[in-house]
Amino acid sequence: MPLYVGTRKGLFIIDEGRWTIGKPHFLGDPVSAVLPQGGSIYAALNLGHFGVKLHRSDNRGDSWTEVATPAYPAKPEGTDDKVPWKLVQVWTLEGAGKDLWAGTIPGGLFHSSDRGESWTLVRSLWDRKERSEWFGGGYDQPGIHSICLNGKQITIAISCGGTWQSADGGASWQLAGRGLYAEFMPPERRDDPNIQDVHRLAQCPSQPDVFWAQHHNGVFRSSDGAASFQEIKAIAPSKFGFAVTVHPKKGDTAWFVPAVKDECRVPVDAKLVVARTRDGGKSFSVLRKGLPQESAYDLVYRHGLDVDATGNRLAFGSTTGGLWLSEDQGDSWRCLSQHLPPIHCVRFG
Amino acid sequence: MPRVVFTSHLQRHVDCAESEVSAATVGAALDAVFRAQPRVRGYVLDEQGELRRHVFIFVDGRRAGLGDAVRGESAIHVLQALTGG
Repeated sequence: MPLYVGTRKGLFIIDEGRWTIGKPHFLGDPVSAVLPQGGSIYAALNLGHFGVKLHRSDNRGDSWTEVATPAYPAKPEGTDDKVPWKLVQVWTLEGAGKDLWAGTIPGGLFHSSDRGESWTLVRSLWDRKERSEWFGGGYDQPGIHSICLNGKQITIAISCGGTWQSADGGASWQLAGRGLYAEFMPPERRDDPNIQDVHRLAQCPSQPDVFWAQHHNGVFRSSDGAASFQEIKAIAPSKFGFAVTVHPKKGDTAWFVPAVKDECRVPVDAKLVVARTRDGGKSFSVLRKGLPQESAYDLVYRHGLDVDATGNRLAFGSTTGGLWLSEDQGDSWRCLSQHLPPIHCVRFG
Repeated sequence: MPRVVFTSHLQRHVDCAESEVSAATVGAALDAVFRAQPRVRGYVLDEQGELRRHVFIFVDGRRAGLGDAVRGESAIHVLQALTGG
């Protein structure tokens, strides 16, 4: 199973086994999201001058075809919506069967059922009045960065717009995420589920009631299908971070890559570590074997950490172009490169 | 007829050879190009038909917008703004 690495300056497809960095795809262009799905690979580009583009390869990256880009409709006359109805970035891509989903900035969810040849804005979410309360997290406009698919159930997370869920394939939506709190907000809004800044949301495929959230101000876990979350205070060495991934079969096992805090987004004591729990967050192991333990200032973005379908192999990539692989659930790590462009996303598939 | 010239940076992504079109404004000239080469549109304009934030247009050496007039012998240059890269 290859590893896909989307970076500030191209996409790298790294074959299993030797794990050597091969030739880049889209060299020089920012790759914001990548999805291997149904025998094809989808890559979202965010060209600095010329906008967002989406490409598909049907031959494992030998060649690429530009397909349709999600596009927002015209903003209705007279609306007081302050958000420009213009695509800023495809922040995440997910797929199941023939359905593709794109989470975007400024907050729209798009669906395609024809392999990206056309996209439709999910108006049932976009037209919710609660959207007016969303705001940007890391970008000027709000964005959908996590899409968890479980049959007809779709669960998304928005920075900053909380966690939303559909039970009917996207036809209707409910605000989820009770119990999340935002310590950066005024007290009156602290517990408002609609403004939470979940940095990344992960669902256990085999135990779909279990969700893990790396939130702006801590780690949270849900065992009731994202309806409610409980804070996990045992996370070490710090509670701040962006990435989380969960074991595909064991909902109690999850991994994080902590950083110091909001205003200092670097590893604690300049030592890069991965935090792993195997007991649902009661305790954590701080994993550092094979990772730089001196003068390391790597930050791992939301989509920069992934686990494969076995639950044993993990990879993560950093803003300073470091890429590491583990084949023993994080007990030890092997550096695949220290010199890639800044890494946006890593993904097995 | 006005001549439309695209930056080589754009030609890296999409076929957009220099062309001559019959048009009275920048926007009409670009529309004529887009009719012949539809994929170019999304690289120059956003989905609302507005010039992308980091794309510049010059007509005969002066910054111009979509509504500006062009003359029969005008050269319309579509360039990447340095703000976007």
